[in-house]
Amino acid sequence: MERIPILRMGQTLLVTIQIDMQDQTAMALQEDLAAKIAETGANGVMIDISALEIVDSFVGRMLSSISGIARILSAVTVVVGMQPAVAITLVELGLSLPGVRTALNVERGMQLLDTVRQEKFLDR
Amino acid sequence: MTVELSGSATLATEQDIVLARQHVRQLCQSLKFSLVDQTKMVTAASELARNTLIHGGGGQMRWNVREEGARRGLALHFEDRGPGIADLRLALSDGWSSGSGMGLGLPGSKRLVNEFDIETAPGQGTRVSIIKWK
Amino acid sequence: MNDTNQALLDALGAEESQLVESWHAALPLSAQTTGQSSRGEARQLLAGLRDGLRAGGAPEALDTPAWAPLRQSLEALSAARAAKGEKAGDTSLFVLALKKPMFDALQQRFAKDPAGLGAALWSATSLVDKVAQHTVTTFQSTREDIIRRQQQDLLELSTPVVKLWEGVLAVPMIGVLDSSRTQLVMESLLQSIVSSGSALAIIDITGVPTVDTLVAQHLLKTVTAIRLMGADCIISGIRPQIAQTIVHLGIDLQGITTKATLADALLVALQRSGWRVSRTD
Repeated sequence: MERIPILRMGQTLLVTIQIDMQDQTAMALQEDLAAKIAETGANGVMIDISALEIVDSFVGRMLSSISGIARILSAVTVVVGMQPAVAITLVELGLSLPGVRTALNVERGMQLLDTVRQEKFLDR
Repeated sequence: MTVELSGSATLATEQDIVLARQHVRQLCQSLKFSLVDQTKMVTAASELARNTLIHGGGGQMRWNVREEGARRGLALHFEDRGPGIADLRLALSDGWSSGSGMGLGLPGSKRLVNEFDIETAPGQGTRVSIIKWK
Repeated sequence: MNDTNQALLDALGAEESQLVESWHAALPLSAQTTGQSSRGEARQLLAGLRDGLRAGGAPEALDTPAWAPLRQSLEALSAARAAKGEKAGDTSLFVLALKKPMFDALQQRFAKDPAGLGAALWSATSLVDKVAQHTVTTFQSTREDIIRRQQQDLLELSTPVVKLWEGVLAVPMIGVLDSSRTQLVMESLLQSIVSSGSALAIIDITGVPTVDTLVAQHLLKTVTAIRLMGADCIISGIRPQIAQTIVHLGIDLQGITTKATLADALLVALQRSGWRVSRTD
């Protein structure tokens, strides 16, 4: 089974999903990310789904879960690059992915991560 | 009403769900569905294929192209001999904004297609048919 | 091939030019003016009918493969006449006029066999009726296609996406907000958001006559999709009556910024994007 690679850029973990994943691949990604956040102390996670043409409820729930798990481990998650057709379909499915931050692209995603991380830093 | 393209595929493993998605994608493309309609149909197929595998214990997906007068459509049928759905009414209900994503995702899939038909009973397996018209 | 079909085939095969002439004569005077072409159309239909009968087609089942050539010529005939602006009734009238010459030919053939004549006449009339029905159906679907295409064009024209500023798009909604228009707006707006990299979209509903729970649902779907992609949305053009309706119906706008005018919305959008507007004097 293919495992999706997780790259590290400073305090941020980067994931680019480019394949049509089997359910177990998605679950493995979730586990791997949780482990990596804990291991590296990363405080940001960026998931690039610009290559995903299909996001069904399983993948949608995975994104929500990752977001929640990361938050508990004190990391901020942002999902970037959602395709219009995917957004329209998710809405029709009734999935609004509450609690999942999104941005139009990687650049804006990094800006968002920085903003949120700063706010959290100031809060403490 | 003439039926042209048709076929079937087994749904026994997770990889089969991936293959089913790819197959439905190809069918939609050859029928020249718009990108959004393709995405909706493939997503619905993914949901229903997963149901067949996870809740139905495996089964199959059949497809055929439908023609009704001037319009063409794609019909998909998901069948299993699993335990069936005990409370169909409950499974088919959800408020649009709840979107908890739990359960079978039937109402969501229903909204993605034009026609949705389900036949099920405890111990009698489940058969779901969906049609998307171009 | 059964006897009746054979009889029909014979009746249609015998003396084609005579058949075509009596068919032409059976048409009302107004339909006869297109002289040459209607004779040509008649000959084509007769050929299709003969082919179908020879291939064993049953008169009651026009959608079987045996009648495919006939269906094709019927569709071409209908489409051509629809394009010429003729009424649906004209084409079916044309087809129905074939009955008289067919009955005459059958009567001759079955002169000494009244029972056989009965069966043959029934077959002939069923066949011609079905063919006439088919032309009407085809005619209607051609017209419906034209209307559908025009409606689509109209929908697209009435929901343009404009760029108001760097990173700010606007969509003026005009007319009733139903599910097909919502779909269209979502698709074109979301696509524009991606291609222009705009993070803010202003949806102006000044031109939307009423907002009820259904319309609100459509609007909320659009906003949800925009937010899912990582952009945000401001709704402007909310008339006082609409504001009252929204409150009365208990519609939850889920934290969407709303403004009475497009101008106000633009100001908010600029501020959110980090712009400051000041006068030069």
